[in-house]
Amino acid sequence: MSDLAIGGVMPVAHAPARTAVVYNEAVVRKFTIAAMFWAVVAFLVGVVIAAQLAWPQLNLGLSFTNFGRLRPVHTSAAIFAFGGSALFGTSLYVVQRTCRARLFGGEALANFLFWGYQFFIVMAALSYVMGFSQGQEYAEPEWHLDLWLTVVWVLYAVVFIGTLLKREEPHIYVANWFYLAFILTVAILHLGNNVALPVSIYTAKSYNFASGVQNAMIQWWYGHNAVGFFLTAGFLGMMYYFIPKAAGRPVYSYRLSIVHFWSLIFMYMWAGPHHLHWTALPDWTQTLGMAFSVMLWMPSWGGMINGIMTLSGAWDKLRTDPGLRFSVTAVGFYGMSTFEGPVMSIRDVNSLSHYTDWGIGHVHSGALGWVAFISFGAIYYLVPVLWKRERLYSTRLVSWHYWVATLGIVFYITSMWVAGIMQGLMWRAYDQFGFLQYSFAESVNAVHPYYVIRLIGGVFFLSGALIMVYNLIQTVRSPSTARREALPAGVAVAGE
Amino acid sequence: MPTKIEKDSVTGHTTTGHEWDGLKELNRPLPKWWLYTMYATIVWAAVWFVLYPSWPGVNGYFRGTLGYSQRDKVEADVAAVAKQRAGAMDKIAALPFDEIRKDPQLMAMAETAGRITFANNCQPCHGAGGGGNPGYPALAAGNWLWGGTLPEIQQTITYGIRSGDADARNSQMPRFGADGVLKPDEIQQVATYVATLYGKPETGKAVEAGKQIFAENCAVCHGDAGQGNREMGAPKLAARTHLYGDDLAAIVAQVTNPKMGVMPAWHTRLDTATIKSLAIYVHSLGGGE
Repeated sequence: MSDLAIGGVMPVAHAPARTAVVYNEAVVRKFTIAAMFWAVVAFLVGVVIAAQLAWPQLNLGLSFTNFGRLRPVHTSAAIFAFGGSALFGTSLYVVQRTCRARLFGGEALANFLFWGYQFFIVMAALSYVMGFSQGQEYAEPEWHLDLWLTVVWVLYAVVFIGTLLKREEPHIYVANWFYLAFILTVAILHLGNNVALPVSIYTAKSYNFASGVQNAMIQWWYGHNAVGFFLTAGFLGMMYYFIPKAAGRPVYSYRLSIVHFWSLIFMYMWAGPHHLHWTALPDWTQTLGMAFSVMLWMPSWGGMINGIMTLSGAWDKLRTDPGLRFSVTAVGFYGMSTFEGPVMSIRDVNSLSHYTDWGIGHVHSGALGWVAFISFGAIYYLVPVLWKRERLYSTRLVSWHYWVATLGIVFYITSMWVAGIMQGLMWRAYDQFGFLQYSFAESVNAVHPYYVIRLIGGVFFLSGALIMVYNLIQTVRSPSTARREALPAGVAVAGE
Repeated sequence: MPTKIEKDSVTGHTTTGHEWDGLKELNRPLPKWWLYTMYATIVWAAVWFVLYPSWPGVNGYFRGTLGYSQRDKVEADVAAVAKQRAGAMDKIAALPFDEIRKDPQLMAMAETAGRITFANNCQPCHGAGGGGNPGYPALAAGNWLWGGTLPEIQQTITYGIRSGDADARNSQMPRFGADGVLKPDEIQQVATYVATLYGKPETGKAVEAGKQIFAENCAVCHGDAGQGNREMGAPKLAARTHLYGDDLAAIVAQVTNPKMGVMPAWHTRLDTATIKSLAIYVHSLGGGE
């Protein structure tokens, strides 16, 4: 952890001749707390709806506890609240450190980003529970919330790009390319998929400008690139800072980072149609989506190679730094999901896998294994740095978290593979007379045990997160090991 | 503008000379296997583009050299299954039920087709095995609203009940309470009487008064002894199987403002042979007449 102390307490220890920059870490601390809070919410709601799928009585017969309303609460809490807060926090941290510049726009703008984004999350969750939805997956919030998010997001771009522009370093570090791609593309996706006409200015109900298969295509252009740019590019930015930092090693290959960055962002844009195989979407569009998804395989794996191989010469740290173990395992899951994805995008594989729980297993190997684990790794690194503690309260508890959560993921994805492939095979089975062999209800009945196993996996994953929260609280409560900087940093600050 | 190129002692490679917050990068070539695999996927995609419908142009899109069409493919699949079923299903469609029942092969076909059709279309309301649900008749119980012979079941499935189809089975129970035909205490009395019909023995003034009200208002459809009337789909009341519940409150509610279910007309979705197979399956559940 000596590297931690250097990175955290004396940010410019490597270049003592330069002027010290006082970074805005207050906003990063807020986003870190929010990320952990929303992680627990997301996992808890996930456990609830997993239980509802296994035992439908748990819908309780109430509209606001119904699976249909809680499911977007779970997905939005996981992706936008937990993942989003982690991305906001780490991006604002990384851009300052690697540019040697304090955040552009000052304290107030940074605080607006935090509270504005949290307000969006809370309002979105409330609106789902109350029954408002655009009916577009991962884009459920209605038009007025979309407008609010647009304001927050544009200002996020202003802060991030402003900081890049006033950087003291001659070059822009690779992590910032990925964060910037994430910020810009999510803005485009959000605007493109939410072009809607409100029924009236006083109602939270609108209609999308596109309908039918055009609407579906725009939705999955959005949906797949939300995976590509929110859940992949953004978290690769995180990976490119925190893995080399924790490993204390140079990035494996600069050239690979350039080639896989550009190929990744070019290929991703085309892959959306694979969500609409065997539908009214024209054959040619499906072929393009499938072909680009397969070409996306190596560009995705470039990030995995750069993440894992950066450890060469520092493999021993996996034994001593369980936070790094999270990050590296995350990259492993990333590699697995980004291989599984192209396979599932092939039209004939998709005819078996689509609409089954295989898809659910696939997104969770990405969401739990990659997104959550890389965030846990970053947060375990960040908390001692941000709160000026020499180390975490307990590395033993980090190890416990690691094994409990990993076991949870294994339960989750293996049960969903089995359930999904079984569903796919049951749905297409014909008897000797040429009739379907199984009814849909029989396939629902058949997956029940796997739904219970999935629930157990979810409980494991949630338990791990609770261990983490306890560990982090104890870390913050432990005595400070460094002189605290003057906070809030209203004092004269170099670099501004 | 590299500032300080260093040699990394672990790998032997040099750095790019840049440094950010202590982070450096190695100046290392692309892994060969990675690059060649990426080329291979690009070649694969190019081949795919040639074989299958792919790039759009000004007038339509390139159709691909294989002549692939998803619509043709699904139509071929559907035709193949139809062909496999054809011989027996054509006979089931054409022959009367008596003839079908004499042919064990046709019966095996009909029960297979009927079982899966029931499970995917009827079971959500009528329950697995036709066990019934509140508001949805139990088909295995033999307490038929519109008749339990094979042709009667076929007709009900084909045109539905209150489905809006011209040939649907239609009937309507008056809203005795909501329209003020009976007063609340009269409804209470008739409900008390109805409960005695299926074995809740009660005597006294309420039952006597209720019997009188029943005779004047209900018996015309439900029969003097509550035995029901299949001509108009009036349920048999002298039985434990009540559609909307058999406690006093449920009967009061039903007399006051009756619920009347709707069953879709299935001829818009299922062909004659399938509906007849379904009738044979439903008939076999235990209530067939």
